[in-house]
This record gives sequence, C-alpha cells and structure tokens, in this order.
Amino acid sequence: MSLGKAEVEYISRLTQIEVREEAVEGVAQKLSNILDLFAQMEAADTQDVLPMAHPLDAVQRLRPDVVTEVDQHEKLQAIAPAAAEAHYLVPQVIE
Amino acid sequence: MHNLTIKQMSEKLHAGDITSVQLTQHYLDRIAQFDGELNAYVTVTPELAIQMAEEADQRLASGDAELLTGIPVAHKDIFCTDGVKTSCGSKMLDNFIAPYDAHVVTQLKKVGMPILGKTNMDEFAMGSSSESSYYGATKNPWDHQAVPGGSSGGAAAVIAAGLAPLATGTDTGGSIRQPASFCGITGIKPTYGVVSRFGIIAYASSFDQAGPMTRSAEDSAWLLNAMAGFDARDSTSLEREKIDYTAALGHSLKGLKVGVPAEYFGEGLDAEVEAVVKNAIAEVEKLGAEIVEIHLPNKDLAVPSYYVLAPAEASSNLSRFDGVRFGYRCEQPKDLTDLYKRSRSEGFGEEVKRRIMVGAYALSAGYYDEYYLKAQKLRRMVRDDFIKAFQSCDVIMGPVAPTSAFNIGEKSDDQVSMYLSDLYTIPVNLGGLPALSVPAGFAQNRPVGLHIVGPYFSEAQLLNIGHQFQQVTDWHTKTPAQYQ
Repeated sequence: MSLGKAEVEYISRLTQIEVREEAVEGVAQKLSNILDLFAQMEAADTQDVLPMAHPLDAVQRLRPDVVTEVDQHEKLQAIAPAAAEAHYLVPQVIE
Repeated sequence: MHNLTIKQMSEKLHAGDITSVQLTQHYLDRIAQFDGELNAYVTVTPELAIQMAEEADQRLASGDAELLTGIPVAHKDIFCTDGVKTSCGSKMLDNFIAPYDAHVVTQLKKVGMPILGKTNMDEFAMGSSSESSYYGATKNPWDHQAVPGGSSGGAAAVIAAGLAPLATGTDTGGSIRQPASFCGITGIKPTYGVVSRFGIIAYASSFDQAGPMTRSAEDSAWLLNAMAGFDARDSTSLEREKIDYTAALGHSLKGLKVGVPAEYFGEGLDAEVEAVVKNAIAEVEKLGAEIVEIHLPNKDLAVPSYYVLAPAEASSNLSRFDGVRFGYRCEQPKDLTDLYKRSRSEGFGEEVKRRIMVGAYALSAGYYDEYYLKAQKLRRMVRDDFIKAFQSCDVIMGPVAPTSAFNIGEKSDDQVSMYLSDLYTIPVNLGGLPALSVPAGFAQNRPVGLHIVGPYFSEAQLLNIGHQFQQVTDWHTKTPAQYQ
C-alpha cells in the first residue's frame, strides 16, 4: 500500500507530529514500506479466531475506594516547562 | 574483582574481605576508564553510588544484609529513578529528573544495591541496535564496529565489559534477549506480569516486561528474586506467592523434553549461528534431555502482528509527551497546537515518530479492522502455537536472532529489515511467555545466544537449564580481551 501526501497530512494531524513539506515524500515512502509488511497478515485465515488484547486472562483488580494519592503538586510541577500558582502554563487559548 | 560471580562477591562482602564502597569504586573506576569509548551509560551517578555503598556497608556490618546487599547495579534509562535523570534515550526527556522510583528501583534499593548509573538504549525502547538513542550509539564491547543489540544495548554492553556486575533491562519485542545474545551475556524476560511495570516508561503496555541482564543464569536468578513480586500500582502485576528463582538451580536435566521448531532453522538463518545453536542443543542433549521436533506454523505472522500492535499501543502511550507537564518544550510556541506539534516533532527521534504515526494510522477510522483487529487475531494464533507445542515438550530451544551482531549503520536506513531481525524473539512477547538467552558460542567472532522459551511461570526451570548448560560450557565466562 502506498501512502500519499493527503494521508501523511492526516496522520500528522492525528499524532500532532509536524511533517515538513520537504519531508512528506520520504515519510510517505517509509510508512508505506511498513504497511507493505502489514499486508503479509492478509493471507492468514482468521475467520474463527478471537482477537487477543492481552497475554493474561485476568480481570481488572479493584481496590477499596479510599484516598491513596497525596498532594505532590509542588514536587511534580517543579519539572514542568512552565508552571505558576499550581497551574501549568500554556499559550493563551481563549481570547 | 569484576570476574567473580554474584554469589562469590556476596561471600566476600559478608566475610568482610571487601567492602561495598571498594567494590562500587572498582566499577566506577572501570566506567571512567572504558565508557568513553563504549557510550554504554547515559548517566553515571558516582556520589549516589558511594553513598548507597556506605549504607550497604553499615548493613553488612550490623548483620542486616541480604545476598545482594552491597552489590552495585546499573539501571536501563527507562526505569524512573528518583532525583536522577531518566531520559529513555530521548531528547524529549533529556531534562527529566524523575520525581519517583520505579517499583524495580525501589525493590533493589530496599535490598541495598548501590546505583552505578543509567544505561543507554534505543529511544523509548524502539529499536534492535541501540543506535536510535539521542545520546549516540553504544558500541559492542566484542567489536566496536558492531551494535550491542537493543533496545537494552547499554545494559548488555556494561555487563559484557565488566562495567557493572548486574543490570536491569526491559523486553517488549526481544530487547533483553537480543542484546544479551549480541554481547555474550545472560538475560531473561519473565512471564508478563511477574515484574511490576510501575515507573517503567511505557512503550507497548501489553508487551513490556522487565528482567535481569547478567553474566550467568545463576546471577540472573538472584537478581530476579529481588525484581519480581506483586505491586498494586501496576494493574497487570500478578498476585502470586513469592518464588525463589534459585531453588531449582542444581536440578538434573535428565528426561527434560526440548522442542526444536523445524521452522526456526530455515532460510534467513546465518549458517554459523545455526551451527552454534545446534551444538548448544546437542550439549543439552548430553545432559540427559530428549530432543523432539515441534512446529510453530504461524511464526511468520508474528512480526507484522507485533509491528501493528506495539506501535498502536505506543501511539497512545506517547501522547502524554505534549510539552506541557514535563519533558521537552519547543521555543516560543505561537499557540497551543504549535506547542504540541513542535515539542513532539523536535523532541522525538525519527524511529519514534514513525512508530507513533504507523500506530495511529492502524487505529484510525477505516483501518482498525484491517490492521489492529487482524493483528490481535494473529497474536492469538501465535500464542496458541506455543500452547500446543508445550503439550509435547517442556521447553523450546532455537536461535535468538538470525545473525550475530550487525555493524553500526548497517540497517539504520532499512526499518523493515531491522524489524524482521526480531522474528525469533517477538512471538514470545505476543504470548507473554518467559524466555532466556544464554551465551552459546561465536559466529563471525561475535557472540551468539541460545534461546530457551518456556511455558508461563517457568522462569526457575529456564534459569536452571541455563545454569546446567553453564556448568558444562564456559561461553558465559568469556570477556572481550581489552576488558579483562
């Protein structure tokens, strides 16, 4: 399968990863090579096979509904690129 | 000192022949001498190591010490380590000082193991050569032209070169076993859920599993004892009774049924590697094992299935890196979208971006059934092959990788060729099974491992088979000439 410019732009939007105009062709080619590998799956007959999401046949463990997390915002925000007054700072979104 | 087994080191520490500070300093000196050329550590932590060694010496003196107390360890730079840079081999986390410890790090701290530093790796564990690290490629101690394997290539290199006695690694598609094979060391990927994933930077959560990387199988058993165990903070951590992985060391292999998959010795397997693996299996047979031919008919479906599923999980896991709460942020973003897009584009390397993009595409509307769902069905078929095979054998033996270590730069432009080199390790991760790589010889003067795969929770048995093999062979004691 061969990806074109439109698909690369779509994937770029989905992943919030910028692909510069001059790089689109190269990215399309490398992603297409990987999709060719995926195409090998088509030949397998999977009609009666259940999908397997996880190696363990386990159920979600539940815990008592009690507070386990303490407030650590000072420690955790100390490594943020920009934070002030217990908030993370980002460029203005609402005018 | 660095050629002793872990048990011998421990005996010397307990007898007072050496102190943990002396032992730790010995490794720090070797790191200072040799790591400039190998590039196996991203961060070395000498002050932390000596401080922890002093604490360990106090415990040894007071009689409150365990077998591993005072023995230093190197952590793969994927394990969050409180107060220490945890980069995951990425520019994205070059400025990330972890605010907490991974469960594995906590466990080894409790035992009193000084931390030498953090080892180099493929960026976000996505790779089979350790070339994609933001900090540059790690070299193979056996041959500086060669890659050490990946993604835990730094960990394998520090063990092979004697720059740490023990190391931790993680294995999502072969990232413990393939570098172990390429560097001539021992590494085990336990059953999924045996070691907590808490604090391990996530790549593909339904595959990621941590394990020991050491000189010998016996050393791995001791380290796994400390790493394994239930942790409520990982929702897939298994609640099981505490296992002593050294308990089975010493069991005879008489009557052990070893399955050898006919499909693993076909086209694409290097002739010298094949000879090494077959000789190793013959050695196991001499120890009393019975060799039976088995079949894993769906093995060729494993690689495409994995490279749909793991990137799909990665595309979700790595969405957290957005330049807002921690990690890299681009300069002067003009709006929020620009902040996200440029932080991610500039912070991630090429292979990581590629896998995120492929994974997001496989999950996107219109392609979910064709790629993701299909790959999940193949995952079951590959897993069921193993379950069926284990009805006629106790363990499966074969190659870890189709070749010995390839040259640095040889495959870096051909992703699909790199992906296909994981064909023997990936099926094990799809099934969540345990598997071991032990040094078994050399091909093209580079190390080759024997791959031993077992049923769920057979770690103790696998380690004993490795141990018995290492009682009658000396591949695991060999050291590259310049690092003796």
